[in-house]
Amino acid sequence: MTTAPRTLYQKIWDAHVVDTRDDGTCLIYIDRHIVHEVTSPQAFESLRAAGRPVRRPDLTLAVPDHNLPTTARRDSAGNRIPIADPQSAQQLEALERNAPAFGIRYIGDADPEQGIVHVIGPEQGFSLPGATIVCGDSHTACNGGLGALAFGIGTSEVEHVLATQTLLLKQSKTFEVRVEGTLGAGVTPKDVILHVIGVIGTAGGTGYVIEYTGNVFREMSVEGRLTVSNMSIEAGARAGLVAPDETTFEYVKGRPYAPKGEDWDKAVAWWKSLATDEGATYDKSVFIRAEDIQPTVTWGTSPEDTSGIGGVVPAPEDFADASKRDAVKHSLEYMGLTPGTRLTDVEVQNIFIGSCTNSRIEDIRAAAEVLKGRRKAGNVKWAIVVPGSGLVKAQAEAEGLDKIIMDAGLEWREPGCSACLAMNPDKVPAGERCASTSNRNFTGRQGPGSRTHLMSPAMAAAAAVTGKLTDVRDLAPVI
Amino acid sequence: MQPISHVAGKAIPFGRKNVDTDVIIPAHWLKTITREGLGKGAFEAVKKEPGNVFTDETWAGAPILVAGDNFGCGSSREHAAWALLDMGVTCVIAPSFSDIFSGNAFKNGILTVALPQEAIDRLMDVAREHPIDVDLDTQTVTTPFQDRFTFEIDAFRKHCLLNGLDEVGLTMAQGDAIGSYEAKAKDALPFLAQATVAA
Repeated sequence: MTTAPRTLYQKIWDAHVVDTRDDGTCLIYIDRHIVHEVTSPQAFESLRAAGRPVRRPDLTLAVPDHNLPTTARRDSAGNRIPIADPQSAQQLEALERNAPAFGIRYIGDADPEQGIVHVIGPEQGFSLPGATIVCGDSHTACNGGLGALAFGIGTSEVEHVLATQTLLLKQSKTFEVRVEGTLGAGVTPKDVILHVIGVIGTAGGTGYVIEYTGNVFREMSVEGRLTVSNMSIEAGARAGLVAPDETTFEYVKGRPYAPKGEDWDKAVAWWKSLATDEGATYDKSVFIRAEDIQPTVTWGTSPEDTSGIGGVVPAPEDFADASKRDAVKHSLEYMGLTPGTRLTDVEVQNIFIGSCTNSRIEDIRAAAEVLKGRRKAGNVKWAIVVPGSGLVKAQAEAEGLDKIIMDAGLEWREPGCSACLAMNPDKVPAGERCASTSNRNFTGRQGPGSRTHLMSPAMAAAAAVTGKLTDVRDLAPVI
Repeated sequence: MQPISHVAGKAIPFGRKNVDTDVIIPAHWLKTITREGLGKGAFEAVKKEPGNVFTDETWAGAPILVAGDNFGCGSSREHAAWALLDMGVTCVIAPSFSDIFSGNAFKNGILTVALPQEAIDRLMDVAREHPIDVDLDTQTVTTPFQDRFTFEIDAFRKHCLLNGLDEVGLTMAQGDAIGSYEAKAKDALPFLAQATVAA
C-alpha cells in the first residue's frame, strides 16, 4: 500500500480494488447497490436468460420511485389503486416480481419507507461513508454527501454488479471545488451548487470526481451536502465527495442498516482516516468565495445557465464561444425569454418542490418557512410539494408542515420522483414555466415543451407566493 | 454483443454541443422492459425542428453520427445507447463524451470516437454529401478526400469491441478473486460486509 499522501477519493478507491489490469483498469468491489424500476428490467432479463444469480442480494436494495403517481396508492379499504399508464404499471410489476425472485429486499410502493432511491439510501443507513455505492441513475452522486464513492451506472452495468458485485473502472482524476467564506442570508446549499455549475460548466467535471472542500461544506448539514453532491453529475462529474466528519457520524448513527456496537466503533475509526491527507494533490482545483454566491436560478436549458436572482436574461452575444452562442439562442427560443429581461419579471405558472435534490425534511422546512401565513399567487395554476420518502412525509406531518403548505394553497403529495422527469402523471404543460427544485432544466425534461427554472426550496416557495421568479430575501414580512 | 471493427457509410451531421440523454431519448420512452424499438423516440424534440438532420431522408439508416462536445451528458439511461442502435447508429464521433454515456455505448457495441473540434468541423462538412470511414483496428477516421484522423481508445475496450466479448461473463470468470476480496474485506471493513440481511 502506498504511503504517499492520498485524497479521499484515492483512499476509497484503494480499499475496493479486487484486481488491477496491465492497462490500469481495475475491478472495483461495490458495497451497496440500489435498484429502481426504470433501469433494471433488462438487466434482470439478461440474468434470467443466462441463468445467472445475484451474487450479493444482501448488499442490494430495490425500490420503485420514477413511475409512481404521487397521489394515493391505496384506497380506503387498503386495496391498490391501479396505475393508469399500462407501461408504468408494467415496469413496477417487473420490479415487484424481479426483486423477490432474485432474493433482493424490496420496499413496496405503499411501504412507509418507500421513497426516492437517493433519499432512502442515506435515510435507511444503507448508504454509508467510505462505501462504493451504485444505482442505475446518474443522481446516485447524491450519496457522496456522506463521503461515499457513489455514481450512476447504465443497465449493462446494473447487470454486471448484480452478477459479480464489481465493476470494471478506470480511476478518475480528482477535482477540488473549494468554497470558503460566509454564505449570505437566503443562500442555501442548492444556490451553492447551482453557482458552482455556472462557474465550471456542465462539462467542467467530465472525467473527474469532485471533492467539495472548505468551511462552507464543513459547516453544512448532511442533507445540504447530499443536495450539493447530487448535482455533481450536472457539472459533468460522475461522483462528488464531502469528507465524512462528526456531522456525518451523527447523521448515520442509529439508522436501520447502519453498523452497530463494535462494528460502529470500527467504522468511525476508518471513516476518520479517509479525509484527504495534507500534501495530497488534486488534478485540478477551483476556489469560490461564499460571498459571491447569491440566491441562484437558471434561465436556459442547461444547468450551467445560471444567474443570481438579481440578474437579467443574457443575450447570445454575451458568450465568447460560437457553439455556446448557438446553444443560448436555441435555449432562449425554447424558454420564450428575451435578452435583458429582469429575472424577477419572469412569471411562473407551476411550482415543483421535491426530487432527489431537494425533498428531505430540511427542504420541506425551508419551503414551509416561506409559505407560512402566505398564499399562492393567482397566476400559479399548479403547485406541489413532494416529500422524498414516506419517512420525510411522516416527519413533516408531525411538525405540522403539511398544514402550512396546504393552507398556502399548495398540494401535499405522496413520495416519488414526481415532476423532476416526465415519467409519471406529474408534468408541466407545454409552453408553461415551472419554478422547480429539481436538478435538470433540459428541453422537455418536465414534459414536452415545459420550461424549467431550477432553484432552492425557499426560492420556489417565494415564486409560489408572488407568481414570478423572486428573491426570497425581498418578500414582505407576514403581518 | 456484435463484434465491431469497421464502420463505413453515411454520417449524420448533427454537430450540436451538450446533447443530453433526455434529448437522445425522452423519459416517456423509458417505460419499456425490453431494449428494442426505441429508435422511433430518438431525438424526438429535434425531429420537430424544421430542417433537422434526423427526418431528412438523406441520412436515413446512417451508421455514423457526428456530434458536438460533451455528447450524452445528463441521465445515465442506457436507453440512449439502445435508441441509437435501433436507429442503426453504431459509431458516434464527437470532441468529447460524458463518462456514463461512453460506458453505455461501449457495452452495447457502439464505437465512440473522440476527435478535436477542427476534425469534427471538417467531418461535418464532408458528411453533408459524402461517406465517412471509421476503422477500429487502425484507430483512424478517413474521408474520400484523403483526410485521415487518428483516435485513441482504451486497449481493453478495443479488444472487447473487436471480439464482441460479454463483460459479465469475463468478470464472472474472476469469481475466485472476488471471493478472496470479500473474505479479506469482511475482516478489514466488517461494517460494509452486510446490509439488508443480518449476519
